[in-house]
Amino acid sequence: MAPKKGHRFSSSEDPEELARVPLQAILLADSFATKFRPITLERPKVLLPLVNAPMIDYTLAWLESVGVEEAFVFCCAHSQQVKDYLNKSQWMKQPGTFTVQPIESHDSIGAGDALRVIYNLGVIRGDFVLVSGDTVSNMSLKEALQEHKERRKKDPLAVMTMVIKHSKPSSLTHQTRLGNDEILMAIDPDTKELLYYEDKTDQSQRFITLDKMLLASTPTLHLHNDKQLYRFPILMRKRLIPVVLFLEILKDCYIDICSPEVLSLFTDNFDYQHLRRHFVKGLLVDDLMGYKIFTHEIHSSYAARIDNFRSYDTISKDIIQRWTYPMVPDVQYFGNCSQMKLDRLGIYKAPEVDQSRTAQIRAFSLIGNGTTIGDHSVISYSVIGQSCSIGRNVSIQGSYIWDNVIIEDDCKLSHALVCDGVHMRYTHTHMLSVKFSFIIFCSKAYMMQKAISASVVNDFFLVDLIAWVPELLMVEVGQKIVIPAYSKVSLLPQPSKQDSDEELEYADANSGVVESPYRKPPRKRVFCILLIKVGISGVGYIWSTTEGGHEEEWRQSIAPIPAEKLMEFSLSAHTDLGVSNQDVNSLPASGELQLGSEGTGFDDGEDYKDSADFEKELEATFQRALAGVNPDNVILEINSLRLSYNMAHADCAGSLFYSIMKSALSAPFSSNRELLLNTGKELSRWKDLLKNYLKTIDEEIEVLLKFEEMCLETTKEFAPLFSAILNHLYEKDILSEDAILSWAEEKEGADESDKIFVKQSEPFLKLSTYKENNLKTLCAG
Amino acid sequence: MPDVQALVNDFVLKLKRRKIEGSHASARHTAELLRSVISHQRMPYMNQAGALIDAVKAVGEQLIAANHVELAVGNIVRRVLHIIREEDLSSTATGIEGLGISAGSDDDDEGQREDRPALSAAALAAAARSTLRAPSLQTLLEDIPDSAAAPQPPSSGGDSEGKSKSADKNLRSRKLKHDVIEAINELIQDIDTCHEQISEQAVEHIHQNEVILTLGRSRTVKEFLCAAKEKNRSFRVFVAEGAPRYQGHVLAKELVGKGIQTTVITDSAVFAMISRVNMVIVGSHAIMANGGVIAPVGINMVALAAQRHAVPFVVVAGSHKLCPLYPHNPEVLLNDLKNPSDLMDFGEFSDCMDFGSHGGSPLLHVVNPAFDYVPPKLVSLFITDTGGHNPSYMYRLIADYYSADDLVVKRSYLLSVLLMTGTLGIRINLKKLRTAEENFANSIGCWCNKPVEAPSSKTLAFIVQI
Repeated sequence: MAPKKGHRFSSSEDPEELARVPLQAILLADSFATKFRPITLERPKVLLPLVNAPMIDYTLAWLESVGVEEAFVFCCAHSQQVKDYLNKSQWMKQPGTFTVQPIESHDSIGAGDALRVIYNLGVIRGDFVLVSGDTVSNMSLKEALQEHKERRKKDPLAVMTMVIKHSKPSSLTHQTRLGNDEILMAIDPDTKELLYYEDKTDQSQRFITLDKMLLASTPTLHLHNDKQLYRFPILMRKRLIPVVLFLEILKDCYIDICSPEVLSLFTDNFDYQHLRRHFVKGLLVDDLMGYKIFTHEIHSSYAARIDNFRSYDTISKDIIQRWTYPMVPDVQYFGNCSQMKLDRLGIYKAPEVDQSRTAQIRAFSLIGNGTTIGDHSVISYSVIGQSCSIGRNVSIQGSYIWDNVIIEDDCKLSHALVCDGVHMRYTHTHMLSVKFSFIIFCSKAYMMQKAISASVVNDFFLVDLIAWVPELLMVEVGQKIVIPAYSKVSLLPQPSKQDSDEELEYADANSGVVESPYRKPPRKRVFCILLIKVGISGVGYIWSTTEGGHEEEWRQSIAPIPAEKLMEFSLSAHTDLGVSNQDVNSLPASGELQLGSEGTGFDDGEDYKDSADFEKELEATFQRALAGVNPDNVILEINSLRLSYNMAHADCAGSLFYSIMKSALSAPFSSNRELLLNTGKELSRWKDLLKNYLKTIDEEIEVLLKFEEMCLETTKEFAPLFSAILNHLYEKDILSEDAILSWAEEKEGADESDKIFVKQSEPFLKLSTYKENNLKTLCAG
Repeated sequence: MPDVQALVNDFVLKLKRRKIEGSHASARHTAELLRSVISHQRMPYMNQAGALIDAVKAVGEQLIAANHVELAVGNIVRRVLHIIREEDLSSTATGIEGLGISAGSDDDDEGQREDRPALSAAALAAAARSTLRAPSLQTLLEDIPDSAAAPQPPSSGGDSEGKSKSADKNLRSRKLKHDVIEAINELIQDIDTCHEQISEQAVEHIHQNEVILTLGRSRTVKEFLCAAKEKNRSFRVFVAEGAPRYQGHVLAKELVGKGIQTTVITDSAVFAMISRVNMVIVGSHAIMANGGVIAPVGINMVALAAQRHAVPFVVVAGSHKLCPLYPHNPEVLLNDLKNPSDLMDFGEFSDCMDFGSHGGSPLLHVVNPAFDYVPPKLVSLFITDTGGHNPSYMYRLIADYYSADDLVVKRSYLLSVLLMTGTLGIRINLKKLRTAEENFANSIGCWCNKPVEAPSSKTLAFIVQI
């Protein structure tokens, strides 16, 4: 714990010296979030069992396996428990090069604070790995470290390497397997530099605003969403910027390789709190310092982070299905847990399980040591902890049951999380069935207080929880009580409304423990206290879900997404083709992206993607001008449009001309002559506006080309009048003689079909050349 | 001996974390570790072999539990135990009888294997125990007189040793340890040189213009093939790539480097190619006592194909892979399910493994077993460092290397009793059993005047009868 002095990093260290520094890691043993409440009120999240081993063991084992030599475990909430655990565990006394050192702080409210504390201790001497204590991975860091080091040598501003991984979300719900927030990343495919990072993208409005400079500087660009990747081969030609989108899926593994500067950056920017939301985005936006973040993509290995109940469920199942090998139950990677035997169909059993002959353990289940299972009980897809006692005719499906739980006969649980020391009983008058729920108790080792949460789907599910032993009694849910779906029931009262509002504001930035929720009056006290002996009624508080949290609940609960929700999604997917596009390669660009100008962004949700869009937009602007908007304003608008699309003046001129001609066409006409007149009027009216964009001969040629194109394709009405209008343009001084002549010259080499209009305007051209020649001779004369 | 304990813990952790994998590496490490355990073991005045055996068993138990799939670890532990017993017996015999057996018969006995004095003692000891087991084929063939073997019950030997030999005890205590360490050194050397010894036999098996098929990569197979090439045999090799680890690609590269004509095929093409093959040579993970083979996944299929076309199926393996256990449910119990990401990219298929839909259970499972079990009837020949053997001869070989007392490496025999009762379907109160066991051990101990190290199956049966 004692800070090592005199090791403050200085960037002037030469690379050889850097290379000698042992690989260090910072493990944040506090997620600074409240997702796991009410369990985390009494127990730190990193010590919650994940397939029978505390989460922190997985992270530490991974750090050890990648060759980290010094790991600093930053504990904040329940720091004493974490420290006690570490002291007892093998990690502290392990022989070899891996040392674990706890760092304690009591007033940190975010990762930023944690890193500032560590910076002040001055223990970090070189590149370090930054993970949170709930990471499960088996990836090898060697490659990523190598890349990071090499980049650092070349570019000292490359301060961080983020690990990312492919992952495909369900096509219906657009949710990752882990149920977290969506993340949108833009990554340079060549250098792997991270250019853009945005989490919490809104489902309904999935635009991102990209700096045009960003687009200009990289010819192709990968935009990684949690579910999609867009690729923009931006052709910096005059006219078109074709945008091709490819869908691919990436997720953020929350494993970072950082240079020591990261710590000082946190210290310099004292408002940085959240690693991603503040720090990464802050670095990306800040172009003064020019720090760069790079990414490293892993393919075959596994890396994920548990930050909600859904990911708890998913990662548990991944572990049981051995994607995290060698960190699987039967390998005893952590050394301290009991030996598991793996049977067929992924059934893990500890050596001392007392299982009735008639009990069935189905695929992908794990039964901890000392657990007894009664007759005719069925267990599937579940993890049962140590020393549990399961009665007869119990059905447990997709549930996580921690240690020392007693489940009596005839109980039915599906998709429930049952914490330590719960006693569940079924009384014969009522069916006990817990479905889609969390039953959460914390063991009596922690403050003698327990929490449960339970929920019901459609029917009356009566939960009858009775503490058998008086000191175990904490929460009882009485009979005939309907508990709303996805709610949590706890003996601890929920922090009052006031509190929870504050929490919501920086939900993730908040510390895992709130010091004073207990003195607040209970929000809802649903169960009256009856006599313990009677054993029918219950005591406890329902943790109501926060407003708008219902959405989150089904997304992030252990239970699978309800069928109704899936139906809803498939319906909406049918109506909204743009969203449910499953074709990976050919998603149209529409509706997905918005390229804002200079990062300001557009407020309206229209699509701008290429010059066709630009043309349309310009036309609309022009229409407004027709409706009587001040021409000055029109110029301003067009200019801003031009900037936002990164168009040249020439494009503007062409498009504007097109709009003018169209407006001329829109007026009623009966003969060509009338049309010519109309056109003449329009042209003279908008001459000044157009002139703004006709600064050079190139733009005038562009207008001519545009005109030609129009005559050929869109507005064939002008075709016979080409020469006349050309003449008109010349006379009105819109087009110069040089432009027309060089246009004609340009066309000289083209094939016959292209020459129609050149031929048509031959008399005019001849006249011009004649005039010119005359002029020349005059001058010469 | 804290330093030894640290070494043991370190090794156990490495085994647990799968940092040491592969029979050769784990066998070597185990032997080295046990050597240092023995060399650090303090020798008591009495019953030195017992103390050594206890120490080795204590360590061995941890090692075996650390990775039950790595059978070579258990093999080496049992080999070392066997070595200690043999050395003990031989020293006892020399002590008492002043070596009644002629040196000549000694040499005849084990000379073809190793003509070291230490092992000649072992041979003597083997002969001494010959009453306990059926006479081995070798002794029958070589006609060692039974009387010369001088069956001396170990208990009485220990007894008389305690009484009479006080003067040269010190010397002998050092000698026992020294001999054991010497023998372990030889064992390590055997493990190291097994590849050469196996590949020396290559020319006898690989003939001119033959086509050899192998699957995956085994170092022994590689050396075997290279040795034949060095002796100027010209032959062709078909290498099945050995999905999902594709070690066959590595092997093909190595063989080509040695100038061997090589063809790489997919695993699924084995059956199509087998009719053109003269011999299948594969490596193995372990050879079980019944002659069955635990080998990298896919080999069972090759063996079946070979049987169908009457192609000889040859397994090459160092003797450290010889396991005295019988395979029971080998597909599950002696298997290791590796990471499914060897088979496919997790990211590509992660949408198939979404637990949010389908009622919480994904429709896609990926299983990646490491080993196959090849039953003995599919194997034509084993080539070990002691020569070629028929599968049905394996139990003999095992009897030469291991003593029957060590098959269960447990200091307490409580568990073996439990195992037996479990198979008989008898439930025994644990507490009762424990007391019974203690009583029994005490009584036996008094009776033999020496603590019982491990029960033989007879005593176990006896307990069950009680």
